[in-house]
Amino acid sequence: MSKLVQGYEVVIGFETHAQLSTKSKIFSRASVAFGAEPNTQACAVDMALPGTLPVMNIGAVERAIEFGLAINAHIAERSIFARKNYFYPDLPKGYQISQFEIPVVQGGEVSFFLEEGKETVRKTVRLERAHLEEDAGKSLHEDSSLGASIGDGRGQSGIDLNRAGTPLLEIVTQPDMRSSEEAVAYAKELHKIVTWIGICDGNMQEGSFRCDANVSVRKPGDPLGTRREIKNLNSFKFMQQAIDYEVRWQIDQIEDGIAIQQATVLFDPDTGETRAMRTKEDAADYRYFPDPDLPPLVIGRDWVERVKGKMAELPRVMAERFVKDYALPEYDATQLTQSKAVAVYFEATAKACGQAKLASNWIMGEVSRRLNASEMAIEQAPVSAARLAALISRIQDSTISNNAAKEVFDALWTASGDQVADSGALSVIDAIIEAKGLKQMNDTGELEKIIDEVLAANPKNVEEFKAGNSKALNGLVGPIMKASKGKANPGQVNALLMKKLGG
Amino acid sequence: MSLTPQDIARIANLARLELQPEESERMLTQINGFFGIVQAMQAVDTTGIEPMAHPVAATQDITLRLRPDVASEPNQRDLNQRSAPSVERGLFLVPKVIE
Amino acid sequence: MNSLHDMTVAELAQALKAKQVSAVEVATGFLARLGGNPHNAFLDIDSEVTLAQAQASDARLAAGTAGPLEGVPVGHKDVFVTRDFATTAGSKILTGYRSPFDATLVQKLGASASGGAGMVTVGKLNCDEFAMGSANENSAFGKVTNPWDTARVPGGSSGGSAAAVAARLVPAATGTDTGGSIRQPASFCGITGIKPTYGRASRYGMIAYASSLDQGGPMARTAEDCALLLSAMCGPDLDRDSTSLDVPAEDFTASLNNSIEGLRIGIPKEFFGEGLNADVRAAVDGALREYEKLGAKLVPISLPRTELSIPVYYIIAPAEASSNLSRFDGVKFGHRANDYTDLVDMYKKTRAEGFGNEVKRRIMTGAYVLSHGYYDAYYLQAQKIRRMIADDFQNAFKECDVIAGPVAPSVAWKFGENAGDPVADYLADIFTLPASLAGLPGMSVPAGFGAGNMPVGLQLIGNYFKEAQLLNAAHRLQQATDFHLQKPAGV
Repeated sequence: MSKLVQGYEVVIGFETHAQLSTKSKIFSRASVAFGAEPNTQACAVDMALPGTLPVMNIGAVERAIEFGLAINAHIAERSIFARKNYFYPDLPKGYQISQFEIPVVQGGEVSFFLEEGKETVRKTVRLERAHLEEDAGKSLHEDSSLGASIGDGRGQSGIDLNRAGTPLLEIVTQPDMRSSEEAVAYAKELHKIVTWIGICDGNMQEGSFRCDANVSVRKPGDPLGTRREIKNLNSFKFMQQAIDYEVRWQIDQIEDGIAIQQATVLFDPDTGETRAMRTKEDAADYRYFPDPDLPPLVIGRDWVERVKGKMAELPRVMAERFVKDYALPEYDATQLTQSKAVAVYFEATAKACGQAKLASNWIMGEVSRRLNASEMAIEQAPVSAARLAALISRIQDSTISNNAAKEVFDALWTASGDQVADSGALSVIDAIIEAKGLKQMNDTGELEKIIDEVLAANPKNVEEFKAGNSKALNGLVGPIMKASKGKANPGQVNALLMKKLGG
Repeated sequence: MSLTPQDIARIANLARLELQPEESERMLTQINGFFGIVQAMQAVDTTGIEPMAHPVAATQDITLRLRPDVASEPNQRDLNQRSAPSVERGLFLVPKVIE
Repeated sequence: MNSLHDMTVAELAQALKAKQVSAVEVATGFLARLGGNPHNAFLDIDSEVTLAQAQASDARLAAGTAGPLEGVPVGHKDVFVTRDFATTAGSKILTGYRSPFDATLVQKLGASASGGAGMVTVGKLNCDEFAMGSANENSAFGKVTNPWDTARVPGGSSGGSAAAVAARLVPAATGTDTGGSIRQPASFCGITGIKPTYGRASRYGMIAYASSLDQGGPMARTAEDCALLLSAMCGPDLDRDSTSLDVPAEDFTASLNNSIEGLRIGIPKEFFGEGLNADVRAAVDGALREYEKLGAKLVPISLPRTELSIPVYYIIAPAEASSNLSRFDGVKFGHRANDYTDLVDMYKKTRAEGFGNEVKRRIMTGAYVLSHGYYDAYYLQAQKIRRMIADDFQNAFKECDVIAGPVAPSVAWKFGENAGDPVADYLADIFTLPASLAGLPGMSVPAGFGAGNMPVGLQLIGNYFKEAQLLNAAHRLQQATDFHLQKPAGV
């Protein structure tokens, strides 16, 4: 059931441009490394010098195949490259080589979980297609000193063609999303997929993963409204803000009786508003035609099978395996397959201590908290999977209580390398437990003595409990724990109390 | 198929060509004259015929060759930019682009 | 030894190898003929560069590491980019352009130290702007005159190349053929030229006009010379040109002297209709009779869609050209307008100033037929008929080995004769367009003379990859006739 905004249904489709992690460009042998001096990574082909021609990079095709497999799409046996013709200074040929009628990846879907109120709902967004194309260069406008060398008072833009020719996979969804939250969740899941399978580095600040959102609204049951496209959403935070603003703006327009005009808009993070770009008449007439410089791309079934065989387990598949093999809830499994590194960490921990759920709790809890706080990736976590597993084992075998475990964890996390000798995870844990005197009291004899003392000292509670007030027990547990200096095993305390009080 | 002056203006804009009025008029006449001979082409029944992109595809399947993913082009910025109309700090300069 | 300029490529190569003459002497000899730029054939000459290349050739000849055509001069049509000479494609929009790299075909004919045939570049040759034209009247740098009659056109678009060879300013030149631009000027100037199968000669570095039609090829005075150059020019360029075919290089001279007894020569009836001038027909018929004397059999065939090739070509070529020429925008290279108000204005003025009328016309036509709503009716329809035309040829080749006919309906016309109606010009391409659309190899061989004593060429069209057969047939005709040995008065 769609979440309505002021009675309107929100319809969102996404177009994402993912830069593929090849070494060279899609149609030339120049490097795609980020951050080089302007135009030092733009060869003759990238600069569209007269007489140059495109030659296709197998790495780009292979990554397209990997993506198609990851999202269960159809990989076209034959696809065609087409020219998209328009003039712009960062487009050196005056056309972009892309794919139009017959893209390399067709169909497919992306699934993810979304919190809707108190429920966790599974959503599936259908993909229309994903196709290969080349990226354009960059226009630098901000530097007002550009043009100083030619004494130009009109203002100049500087064009850097290093990025021109970088391989892109343009990923287009059906207009399946019904809320900004869903859209962001989709974008995050897509981001996870492309980084997980290693076809894109996902660096949004560097422009490796750029999203455009097509947004429209309608009264439920009405045909699709006119959509506006929000371009270049490069952070998940701004994505939601931008869509929310755009939705409210469109509704306001409609309520005021103003029809929505199709437009391309940009989000301004400073004002929080979307603003239509200058309309370019005839912008839509790209005069697509098959590029005569590039024969059809043929991908045989055997190539697809080989790629499939080489691919690592996909996050969705791994999550399902976690649910099955480790009896984890779906939610946990999804969280733990956020990234390959987290999944690997989890599995190593779970296998070592045999306590999958506990491992999951600790990773989603303590570990995540600390990683987020220091903006650290799990690969850099000071507590290895082996050590976490050892810690969990000591909880499981009642050596320490949960609370004590947190202290140990803290010590492990903040310890500098040489403080704790690395002589096997279990011994490391035990050393800390010993050093901090955190060992739980498991000797029931001593515990019984303490309990007897506390019972004797608190006759009133005993009476109330025996009279039927079970809450009176709490007044006894506290003193017992204190008398045991926190080392009493809470489970044992309860069991013994009940035994002694005959409850 | 007869083009109108509006068509000429629209196409000239798409093709980024500034045409003087006499040029536009001449262009209109000449292109319309050309479309006179195109009519015969319209009438041909091409049902079931695949368009031909690569000529030799008439006799054999021509497919896209794929090269290894290797970055082997050296930095040749100065050489590549030697015929550029306006360059500053390695950037091509153009009149400011307004979004 | 003949005077240098009367020697063929084969003779020069032989003389150089035999050390009867040095490469520097040969280069100097040809450079001396370029004073005043006869016929306006050349667009760029640089004697320093040429002599340096000649010196390098002499060193290679001395060291015994010479290439097959070491030290023989060649001129390159100005659509081939060259590092050491200017490149304009006959257009103002490329004023001042210096390519950082050489076209593959320039490399393959050039320095033997880099694996080329060892030829010495004399200069860049005039042509119709971006290879669009049939008379070399569309060059931004002035028209080229026909050495046989300077009041007449040399043909186009490789007019400079044809005139330079006919006037013996170079023994051979490269040309390009998209709709007939090697064959027709060869016919008009009484020389021999061949366009190979599409994809056999690399297009890398050949400034693109119509990508699915352009092919580079040699122009010289004999079939043997063409075979020598073509052998060096053809071959896969897999790393740089995705339309280059992985077909091995071939020695096209190997079968030049084969007997053509029993060769079936198809005569398309559509090539001999009303539009063909009587004088051309007479010369062509004469050549065909020679073939019969040599044992060939003339077989009537039909290429039913011959006339359709005109609208089909003039839809497809301008469409591709309109896109290929978008890169000429004043940003990265070439001409940029001086006065403009903003970016869009800069584009519009730059391109208006830089392009000539014919180029603008084809860009407009091309953009129109690709534009929204017209693509299916025009471009797609044309590409479909193109396949039908190619299939027609395949049917014809079941009955014959090569196809023969005229190259053009007339001899070279006088300047100003065609009242500037571009459509009339297009119609004259009727005989060369079909082979271009099908991607088949085609030749023009001198076959006699027509009105005004102007040369007439015979067109030979072969099936895919049958260049050797064409050259063989042409060579046998040249052994039996001497039209190819005639030269313009005063040369």
